[in-house]
Amino acid sequence: MNCQEIHPLLHAYVDSELDLMPSLEVDRHLQHCAACAAMKRSLESLRGNLRRADLAYRAPSNLRARILQSVAAETEEKEIPQRASRPWVWQLLALGSLGFAVFTLMLQPPGNSSNDRLADEAISSHVRSLMASHLMDVVSTDQHTVKPWFNGKIDFAPEVKDFAAKGFPLIGGRMDYLEDQTVAALVYQRNKHTINAFVWPAKTATPTTIQARRGYTVINRDVNGLHYCIVSDLNGTELQEFANLF
Amino acid sequence: MQTMSATDPQRQFEQVVVPHLDAAYNLARWLAGNDHDAEDIAQEASLRAFRFLGGFRGGNSRSWLLTIVRNTAYTWLKQNRPQAIVSIAEDELHEIEDPDAMKNHSLHHADRDVLRAALEDLPTEFREVLILRELEGLSYKEISEVADAPIGTVMSRLARARKQLQDFLAKKGDLQ
Repeated sequence: MNCQEIHPLLHAYVDSELDLMPSLEVDRHLQHCAACAAMKRSLESLRGNLRRADLAYRAPSNLRARILQSVAAETEEKEIPQRASRPWVWQLLALGSLGFAVFTLMLQPPGNSSNDRLADEAISSHVRSLMASHLMDVVSTDQHTVKPWFNGKIDFAPEVKDFAAKGFPLIGGRMDYLEDQTVAALVYQRNKHTINAFVWPAKTATPTTIQARRGYTVINRDVNGLHYCIVSDLNGTELQEFANLF
Repeated sequence: MQTMSATDPQRQFEQVVVPHLDAAYNLARWLAGNDHDAEDIAQEASLRAFRFLGGFRGGNSRSWLLTIVRNTAYTWLKQNRPQAIVSIAEDELHEIEDPDAMKNHSLHHADRDVLRAALEDLPTEFREVLILRELEGLSYKEISEVADAPIGTVMSRLARARKQLQDFLAKKGDLQ
């Protein structure tokens, strides 16, 4: 084999993907061709550098938790029957949700079923929105871009404020559907956590509530005739700090 | 407040998908170019994997998951960053490499950041084959399944990706 024939095989040779016979041919050629031997060394050197540089990213632990939570949430929605065996990940989640359950009981009186339904619905919308393509219809950190975008799409004007200075930057907005009506969804960020603030005109004055469900925190709050339903996997304290900004 | 219950799909998810979440995130991160979008893509892909678990027929669960991650990432890129996907004319791929351009490219201590920048500079389709090969250690056959391309195309993309990488590093003067 001459150099022209060897070149296309070198990558597969270095990658150990060449069959035995062609591999032996390349071996033979490399023994007496300095140019091809140099090419081979340069390929090996490149791959060595790539491997040594440790360039692979690892999944952040909060992402793992979010993925497990969303899978668990989806399973619940489908009401798949319970089984006896519980691997440790799910036990951990169960433990976590037990903690949240206690937290919830401390926060609100039991049996508030319409509130629970709204919270569940809001969490489902939040989880759906986190799926890559649904988070935002208008992507902007500028409140003067996001607010006019809602014009003509909904029959009320949501307050759109950027709280970047307070550590909750606005990242966009979209239309969503909650409580049988079209609502505005404002999307904010706190570090790696996404916050959905669903906004619609308040029908009756309701007191502020905070709920912890399925690993998410849900805050309902009325401000100036608008109802805000705020959902995030952020902790309750910080989400309350956020809710108070409206 | 209901407690989480372990169901068969959840256990299967734990066995088939969870062990490869690092690989899934790594591919998503290299395709998306930033942490935030990579997390969205990895999460969306994992949920899809969960829904498609019934379609997993055994075999290589990592390639299977990475295929879903790649599809999710490309759908996302097409919607959000169409300019990021440069289609490559496959007939250009069979050019004969100039051995003189390559033989001095034996880099020894290329800096990590320079390598990272060099990879990010590659067209998406070149970058992904290199990530799958060098960082994830996939075989040509597995790459061809994940990237939905014939093995010949995988080989020529790898060759061109490596050449572009070497050229980029040469330009940066980060060679011995």
